[in-house]
Amino acid sequence: MKPRCFVIQPQDNVATMIDDVDSGAIQIVGAGAGQEIVVTEKILHSHKIALRDIASGEAVIKFGVRIGHATQAIRRGAWVHLHNLASDLDERSSTLDLHSGAPTDTSSAYV
Amino acid sequence: MSEIRDVQSIIRSEWSGFLRSDGRKGIRNLVLVIYTVECAQHVAHAIAANEEDVHVIGFPGCYDNAYAIRLMLALARHPNVGAVLSVGLGCEYTQPERIADVVRSSGRPAEWFFIQQSGGTRSSVAKGKEIVSRLREQIRRETPRAPMSFSDLIVGCECGGSDGTSGLAGNPTVGAFFDLLVDAGGTAIFEETVEMIGLRQHMISRAANDEAKSQVAAAYDKAERYCRSVRQWSVSPGNFAGGLTTIEEKSLGAFAKSGTRPIQGVFRVAEPPCRPGLWILDSVPDDHFMQFGYTNPNDTEGIMDLISAGSQIVLFVTGRGSVIGSPIAPLIKVTGNSATFRAMEEDMDFDAGRVLTGEITLTEAGHELAELVVRVAKCEPSKPERLGHREYFIMYKHQNTPGLAEGCRA
Repeated sequence: MKPRCFVIQPQDNVATMIDDVDSGAIQIVGAGAGQEIVVTEKILHSHKIALRDIASGEAVIKFGVRIGHATQAIRRGAWVHLHNLASDLDERSSTLDLHSGAPTDTSSAYV
Repeated sequence: MSEIRDVQSIIRSEWSGFLRSDGRKGIRNLVLVIYTVECAQHVAHAIAANEEDVHVIGFPGCYDNAYAIRLMLALARHPNVGAVLSVGLGCEYTQPERIADVVRSSGRPAEWFFIQQSGGTRSSVAKGKEIVSRLREQIRRETPRAPMSFSDLIVGCECGGSDGTSGLAGNPTVGAFFDLLVDAGGTAIFEETVEMIGLRQHMISRAANDEAKSQVAAAYDKAERYCRSVRQWSVSPGNFAGGLTTIEEKSLGAFAKSGTRPIQGVFRVAEPPCRPGLWILDSVPDDHFMQFGYTNPNDTEGIMDLISAGSQIVLFVTGRGSVIGSPIAPLIKVTGNSATFRAMEEDMDFDAGRVLTGEITLTEAGHELAELVVRVAKCEPSKPERLGHREYFIMYKHQNTPGLAEGCRA
């Protein structure tokens, strides 16, 4: 069985992986079920994949609602996370470690 | 499967509860030991050790705090609590005698003592154990029983350790159950307004009437002001590692636990909601001379707030996994992530990840969760309860004491 991603609303430009994927074609479930999309990089379960090209500065839409903005151009099939998506409100999250989410701004306290 | 007949039989479930003098009904009949300063913490826990129906809460500060006192008094008069023993060291501001007085005036037996007047650790523990076994015998003998159903239930929901599945399966499953509970005349409470950031209009559009609209707007605006002020938005490293990228995204997933019914209004910590239906609990500090203080610290703190509203059961939605429990009201753990369920099955009560794989529908998940709630209400222990998890957290915080004529106190 191909790995799957879950689309919540038809207007969403990102979907949530419900399996891990390294690359290649995956199956869309939820809204737009039955279609496929080609993943261009490793994406873990519960993480997001771009369903179309998203321009730098453009709104990222999930649940049919804006969840932040792209900080760089994102290609269809790419992993969408802290390196290319930022909150409109929370400036701290863009400083966190991409993979672990661990803070980097309090590192000097660990001595 | 004849789904319609099944849901009717779930909604009509009845079981036997414990009737309190204020008319509320509990699903457990516990003795609660309350310590009034960190210095009395060891003795309080030693008194409760190896006693399944004796739970402990307490406040660590020597200097008292009106919010913490109101919270402890609400927990002491919770419908699942039958009797209270309050233990102090003897130096602190918070007064164990006054706690016992308030509890007694609620119709429950209550006792108190100071460790400094009881001869030290061993003799205080022995004295406490003797009091607790006496209180237990008394409430077992005297507490009247009464039939209970969904219309007598208050169920709170908190989420923590959220990941990308929480908003897709875990929280929506609770939402489906909350719809069923509210339709059956029960009360559903959700909180964490700091995890509704970005949803102002969406929340207001769910409010039942104009008064509720203005309460929701005010609670939202305070939460956003608070997050800006403390420079912390309610997302953690585990949320990011679990695929959530922004607070707005986490908020949308968290809000899914509210289901689809109208929001009756907003009330604050240590108060019960004034009528059945779906409610928001505002646990965000009010602005005062110390500004907002520090951030709302952890999941357990929020669960205590939900219990202080009289929730007899609390649902906890997690994607990443969690091993907390709660005193007073059993915690039921729901995960939207089937891999987490498999990895931590000893702690997880409910696998809502089956909704994502298409194994069951969201409606079916809501019904199954309702059945589990009924079983726990009928005294089947939830997994955290069986494991002996009774984490609590009572902190210094400021919330304005509501006037007696205000909101739900009227």
